[in-house]
Amino acid sequence: MSTYLGMPAFPEAAAVSTRDTRLRGNLRHATHTIRAKRAAAVAEMADWQQLRAAGAAAKDDTLRHLDTYLEQLETAVTTAGGTVHWAADAEEANRIVAGLVRATGETEVVKVKSMATQEIGLNEALEAEGIRAYETDLAELIVQLGDDLPSHILVPAIHRNRGEIRDIFTGEMAAWGRPAPEGLSDRPAELAEAARLHLREKFLRAKVGISGANFMVAETGTLVVLESEGNGRMCLTLPETLISVVGIEKVVPTWRDLEVFMQLLPRSSTAERMNPYTTMWTGTTDGDGPRDFHLVLLDNGRTDTLADQVGRQALRCIRCSACLNVCPVYERAGGHAYGSPYPGPIGAILTPQLRGTASALDASLPYASSLCGACYEVCPVAIDIPEVLVHLRQRVVEGGTYTVRGTRTVIRPAKGHAAERAAMRAARWTFQRPRALGAVQRLATRTRRIQPRRLPVGPGKAWGLTRDLPAVPEKSFREWWQERGKGAGE
Amino acid sequence: MRVALFVTCVNDTLYPRTGQAVVTLLERLGVGVDFPLAQSCCGQPQFNTGYRRETVPLARRYAEVFEEYEYIVTPSGSCAAMVRDNHPKLGAKGAAARTYELTEFLTDVLEVTDVGAYYPHTVTYHPTCHGLRMLKLGDRPRRLLQAVQGLELRELEGAEECCGFGGTFAVKNPDVSAAMGADKARHIEDTGASAVCTVDNSCLMHIGGTLSRRDSGVRPVHLAEILASTEGDVW
Repeated sequence: MSTYLGMPAFPEAAAVSTRDTRLRGNLRHATHTIRAKRAAAVAEMADWQQLRAAGAAAKDDTLRHLDTYLEQLETAVTTAGGTVHWAADAEEANRIVAGLVRATGETEVVKVKSMATQEIGLNEALEAEGIRAYETDLAELIVQLGDDLPSHILVPAIHRNRGEIRDIFTGEMAAWGRPAPEGLSDRPAELAEAARLHLREKFLRAKVGISGANFMVAETGTLVVLESEGNGRMCLTLPETLISVVGIEKVVPTWRDLEVFMQLLPRSSTAERMNPYTTMWTGTTDGDGPRDFHLVLLDNGRTDTLADQVGRQALRCIRCSACLNVCPVYERAGGHAYGSPYPGPIGAILTPQLRGTASALDASLPYASSLCGACYEVCPVAIDIPEVLVHLRQRVVEGGTYTVRGTRTVIRPAKGHAAERAAMRAARWTFQRPRALGAVQRLATRTRRIQPRRLPVGPGKAWGLTRDLPAVPEKSFREWWQERGKGAGE
Repeated sequence: MRVALFVTCVNDTLYPRTGQAVVTLLERLGVGVDFPLAQSCCGQPQFNTGYRRETVPLARRYAEVFEEYEYIVTPSGSCAAMVRDNHPKLGAKGAAARTYELTEFLTDVLEVTDVGAYYPHTVTYHPTCHGLRMLKLGDRPRRLLQAVQGLELRELEGAEECCGFGGTFAVKNPDVSAAMGADKARHIEDTGASAVCTVDNSCLMHIGGTLSRRDSGVRPVHLAEILASTEGDVW
């Protein structure tokens, strides 16, 4: 199985993707299409900005009293016949889920598309226990059959075009169950039918379903899944046992809060007024749906994130992907370069908070942005992603005291920034002394004729690969002003 | 009326013509201009790269240098946004709210859109990200450009997409930055304009450097230089 382990830092991975013309074409087409549709769907709503503010406020209030709402949720789920488990990290969550599956005596499970289970690497953990997890979301199926990794939150196989999907189905379906029909073409309807036939036998056979949830309503203990294909409805209703792994930040206090997000999420993610399938369930019901329901509440770095006053707004995220679809960096780098199931702008602020900034990859993520702000503009819960990116850059280059696994910990500045740090200090020193600045400028202007338009090393080399350097002028503005004889004096 | 010009370190060192254009333009509109020589840099490169500690003294310095001025005018959308949005977070609130990007000062304070400029060229306008999304300049630059005699404004496809500069992003992620720059350059070339203009010379350094390497022949020009140009004194 493919994993994110050992992936290079963002700039190196992104450099490879920018030269992959097929990937660039697939991503450009897909993101620009969905971008335009989202804009149209949002423009229909006269009160969008108020909704957005309401969504942000509801999330902030929930996060402020998260302990209270989670305990309320636990009580409600338990009363309704479910069992609640608490998992501090990925390892504990995987152990709980594997134990629950083993207790049923089953060796296979069907899965609803879920970011939380991607985050903890559940499929790989189950595989190690001899349990096979079948992804049933069409795009997740494409990723799983292709021994690939998801590259988008909503459209995990966005990097594939239909010709590639046809080849994956034809080549791989037989090893996982019902083979692809003979002579399968790359027509979307034929591909969908092939997936439907392949998945149908799994739905009908499965005794255990595994899901995440988009929302959990604390007041009644109700879980909510929004989807487009109906595979989720199958997994949530047909099996005897249902196990849901959900991040603790997915709780909302009441149904009135949920109403806001039911408007924000479909328009922001699939650009639909309403998504085709919404499944809501409260514990268990005799004679209807799963007999056993387990809710695994996942922390895995969320409490640490909550402790960071600037970074905590990332926990408002409802996983809509609008930020990915408008991001010029994501469009060119592709989702895999982010080295986590959370790519794009939200991934660049979520991953370094959930996993920390110790690895070269994780420390490079806050820099995977030109800070253009397009992500903040479309975010339905108003996460100021550029603000958090800059904040995380401070954590990388300056270090500081942060909460790591519940303990206040001093983080040392990341390695590999020595030359940059020296340059920033030198610049600050010069900028604090305008006479020194004037001297630097005079040196630059007097030597302008012998300066190269390209530089051989360092940042100058990176600049000069595709860009000429500007010509240095004969005099600085400051010199011109002083000669003009109107200086206000120092 | 007297205002202080915050020319920015990039313009001071590399693009003095832009500063000269602002002085020419404002004086033509009857505004006296001071240039406090103690000014230097707003700290944006340091701040946006994560060097908050290196930024604080520069933000404080800015507040001190411009303390006495009611209006501080700067020909840079991103520096104005840095001062207004981030200096208060760094404990240097003083001059932040009194800092105006040039087009804001012209349209909101002086309430002019026709500044009497003449620029006989086809021009396309790239709205830079911090001007567009942090300052919310909206159509201010376009209104100013549309009032310029002789100027033909060409629409730019994908105008609101970042050019890929992003300060240190341009050298930390050179491949993605270059890919963004190439797309921007192509769209600029497709307009058939002879010049591309912005309210930020730092973005223009990246766009212009890319255009120059492509031998495309499109000139990068700061909006202030277009507005300074008149029939008697063509820039």
